[in-house]
Amino acid sequence: MTGAATLKAWAGAALAAPVVWLASIVNVPLKSWQRATGTGGMAAFFLAPNMAIFGIFVLVPLVINFFYSATSGTAYFLQDRTYVGLEQYQRLLDCGSYLDTATCREDLFWKAVHNTGLFVVAQVALMTVVSMATALILNREIVGRSFWRAVFFFPVLLSPVVTGLIWRWILQRQGLLNLIVHNRGGEPHNWLTDRFWAFTAAVSVSVWAHMGFYTLILLAGLQAIPRDLYEAAEMDGTKPARVFWRITLPLLMPNLLVVIVLTLIRAVQIFDEAYVLTGGGPGTSTLYITQYIYEIGFASLLRNPGLASAASILMGLVLVVLTLLQLKVGRRGERKGARE
Amino acid sequence: MGRITLTNINRAFGKMKILHGIDLDVGDGEMLVLVGPSGCGKSTLLRLIAGLDQPTDGKIEIDGVDVTNVSAAQRGLAMVFQSYALYPHMSVRQNLAFGLENIRMPKAEIDARITEAARMLEIAPYLDRRPGQLSGGQKQRVAIGRAVVRNPTAFLLDEPLSNLDAELRISTRAELAALHKRLATTMIYVTHDQVEAMTLADRIVVMRSGRIEQVGRPLDLYNAPANLFVAGFIGAPRMNLLPVKVRSASGTEVHVEGPGGLSASVAADGTALKLGDEATLGIRPHDIELSDGSKGSVEARVTLAEALGPETVVHAIMAGDNKLVAVLRRQGVETQGPPISLALPPERMHLFDAAGLRVASR
Amino acid sequence: MSGVMTFLTRRRGGRGWHWTDIVSWLWLLGGLVIMFGPAVWLVGSSFKTPAQLAEFPPTILPYVSQQAKVEGYDKPLTLYRVKLPDGSTKVLAEVRRVGIVAQMVDPQAPNDIVKVNIADREPMREIGFATENYAEPFVHFDFLRYLRNSVFVTVMATLITLLTNSMAAFALSKYKFRGRDLTMLLIVGTLMVPLSVILVPLYSVVGAVGLLDSLWGVILPTVATPTGVFLLRQYMLTIPDELLDAARMDNASEWQIYWRIVLPLAAPALAVLAIFSVVWRWNDFLWPLVVLSRKELYTLQVGLNTYAGQLNVQWHYILAMTVVTMIPVILVFVFLQRYITSGIAGTGLK
Repeated sequence: MTGAATLKAWAGAALAAPVVWLASIVNVPLKSWQRATGTGGMAAFFLAPNMAIFGIFVLVPLVINFFYSATSGTAYFLQDRTYVGLEQYQRLLDCGSYLDTATCREDLFWKAVHNTGLFVVAQVALMTVVSMATALILNREIVGRSFWRAVFFFPVLLSPVVTGLIWRWILQRQGLLNLIVHNRGGEPHNWLTDRFWAFTAAVSVSVWAHMGFYTLILLAGLQAIPRDLYEAAEMDGTKPARVFWRITLPLLMPNLLVVIVLTLIRAVQIFDEAYVLTGGGPGTSTLYITQYIYEIGFASLLRNPGLASAASILMGLVLVVLTLLQLKVGRRGERKGARE
Repeated sequence: MGRITLTNINRAFGKMKILHGIDLDVGDGEMLVLVGPSGCGKSTLLRLIAGLDQPTDGKIEIDGVDVTNVSAAQRGLAMVFQSYALYPHMSVRQNLAFGLENIRMPKAEIDARITEAARMLEIAPYLDRRPGQLSGGQKQRVAIGRAVVRNPTAFLLDEPLSNLDAELRISTRAELAALHKRLATTMIYVTHDQVEAMTLADRIVVMRSGRIEQVGRPLDLYNAPANLFVAGFIGAPRMNLLPVKVRSASGTEVHVEGPGGLSASVAADGTALKLGDEATLGIRPHDIELSDGSKGSVEARVTLAEALGPETVVHAIMAGDNKLVAVLRRQGVETQGPPISLALPPERMHLFDAAGLRVASR
Repeated sequence: MSGVMTFLTRRRGGRGWHWTDIVSWLWLLGGLVIMFGPAVWLVGSSFKTPAQLAEFPPTILPYVSQQAKVEGYDKPLTLYRVKLPDGSTKVLAEVRRVGIVAQMVDPQAPNDIVKVNIADREPMREIGFATENYAEPFVHFDFLRYLRNSVFVTVMATLITLLTNSMAAFALSKYKFRGRDLTMLLIVGTLMVPLSVILVPLYSVVGAVGLLDSLWGVILPTVATPTGVFLLRQYMLTIPDELLDAARMDNASEWQIYWRIVLPLAAPALAVLAIFSVVWRWNDFLWPLVVLSRKELYTLQVGLNTYAGQLNVQWHYILAMTVVTMIPVILVFVFLQRYITSGIAGTGLK
């Protein structure tokens, strides 16, 4: 063994020693527990930590969320709040016309709903087209495919805050985009303070950040299509466009559906990168539902946790429907659509 | 000591009963082979003895101590698994040491035991390899070694040879027999291969559908199968079973007639049979000889003759579509040709009543 | 060289170029620029001085102004190339500036003040890196603390995730007990409950257990990931039960079976989960933003957002700290990308 290898082994052992020691200490009481309760008791032991955390921080909030949405006040503890029944929902849903936010009692909420709806439509469409095109290109016999795959995947790992800041920096008045515009003789523009461009930026940046993930799913689907189908089509003299519509697309459909539904689910929850990029502005033109929940629940001076909670339940209902859709689609595609 | 007693063992998974009231007594130092077709409950029975599973009902004793509710670890038994179940992330040495470390055996003692087992099983050269780097035969030895170092009250072996190729299986079988002789420890061995059972066992337990069909020494089972199932299961090629009718029956002899002009007097206790009863006549292929057509022989047409050299396996068909297999100690049996005449010696015949039970001679 | 070109341009079946090949390569090269460009631009900008960041049009590379020590002045002075009225050019140092007129001196003759219209001069610059953008936030602002908080949250949350998820996955894959399927269903079912749906009640629960404004309040709600349990359980199902039985015969307790047999054998799945957990926790934003109100507890993401949200954004620090925040994820990307892509292709996990 070389010196370096010895050192590495020694360091590894030194690091592992306390953990191994701890594990053997734990073993002593657990043995008696096992003797007393059998394997059933051991199953309970192994499940306990995860289920305790899961219960306290997921299940309990899930249940009391309904109670929250039926109370009013600014206090966070349930016992300090007043029961108001369905008033919060009435307030949210009180609208002259759902198409005109100005007629709504809680116009900010409906502004956010409208914005989110627009965002979802634009983002899902753009995301699907872009990631599909990229997957198709990566599926060709391209030199250095894994390199190119990595190129498109890279932004997926970036934090939303970093993504938002990078693009804020590029889109700001003295930014890179204006440099390009300037060099081509155009007029520099304040992209993020313009309603249309701020929305376009929010959509594009979120596509930029996440397309690598969906490309990967689509690429896996493309590579699962048997080669000999293409060879058979070639033997039959089928035109490439026809091969795409009649072989590639139908066989890729399960993956494509998963991608569309997953994008949909995540687009509905859009928050962080848009928040960092535009802060909801200009005005309320890029205010989305999650940001509305956050601001009404915590940040705003007129905070109203009950209202935020009612809004979150309405959004949750939409997500449940979409997720059930995804499970149905996913089962058909034999692909597990797990996510955090 | 390693005496294992099972009393009225039942095991059910929900509504499905896997074992029906098994009673079994395994003597100290005995090699007991549990044999039967797949799904007969032999592996379940072994897991119950091991303590990896609990009987729904019944009692398991080791050396007179009731261990029914004692955990696997505390029964002092060792098991060799069909897939070997070697820990893939540990070296061979660590695999052998794992069980001993768990009972806090001193390190020197562990080393001594591993060295001894490695020498005995000739696995010393690859003690520091991982199981993934070993051949099937080597893994098998390691699996046995892991059991041997434990110095157990009894060994439990679950189809240990079934993952080896034919040649290796035969040599390993012989080594296992030698190992048993040397250790003189009780072994309970599960297999579906009757040849393994015959060659290894002190006693064989034939099981079917969760019940014991017969327990006995290998040759006893071969020579006097208790019922049609055992008759068909033990011996290769299988015993020929022909439908016959009782023509006369007495306390010492039963006369039967069957297809292809079969007519024979079998030495058996016929008091339970009466004229005209349906019965089954069994005769092993090796007991059949070519005859010149004299009385007591049957006519059959040869459909296939497999020449193995010293002997020829003849597949023939008799009147009434009854198939007959005979192993003849000669060469040159023609497939195409006139029907041949085969002699079925009455003293080698087995008679089973309509319920499939042996009609023994008194 | 021509060999390289043939290799790079070769196509299926060795046929010639088709228009789709050109489109493909344009797409890929365009992708390269759009995907990596912003990050490269960010890193480049993070080395620019505040003055340079305010310039338009911006330069591609970071420059620093040349400075010189001039006799009679305490601080080093910035050098300019000045076009003098007689048409000649000379290098002068700026003493002070009043409106559009700068008072300058010749470093060789520090006693004579020359008044120069600022339109007639150009700063003397060379490529240089304003590394103080990185050093300053750590020293004078709280970024070192934010970094520590982020590392603490990421490491602890990942360790706890690995331990609790693997224990639960072990029970759910290797034991038969009443309610097992129900438990699994419950866990998988909450996949459809994102944080934003339970934000308000979760806040009050965390408050009720006294974890508001504490890093543990950031860590604990995130560790019982359904994805992790699901991923590990699927993997553990492939570990043969006979191995566990063998260990039971070997006197191993159930804890030892988990610890010494199942955990080492599930190492590949644990590695994937660990990588994901590190990325998730490092990048978490909304939850820490809600739970943490004391500034000294901020994680990097929250801290960055706060500083970037101020009226007077100090971009030179923000950019540098964004690069710092990116570094761990870049490292994961460079060294462990393979695990992640195979993890996603296998389970659709993110």
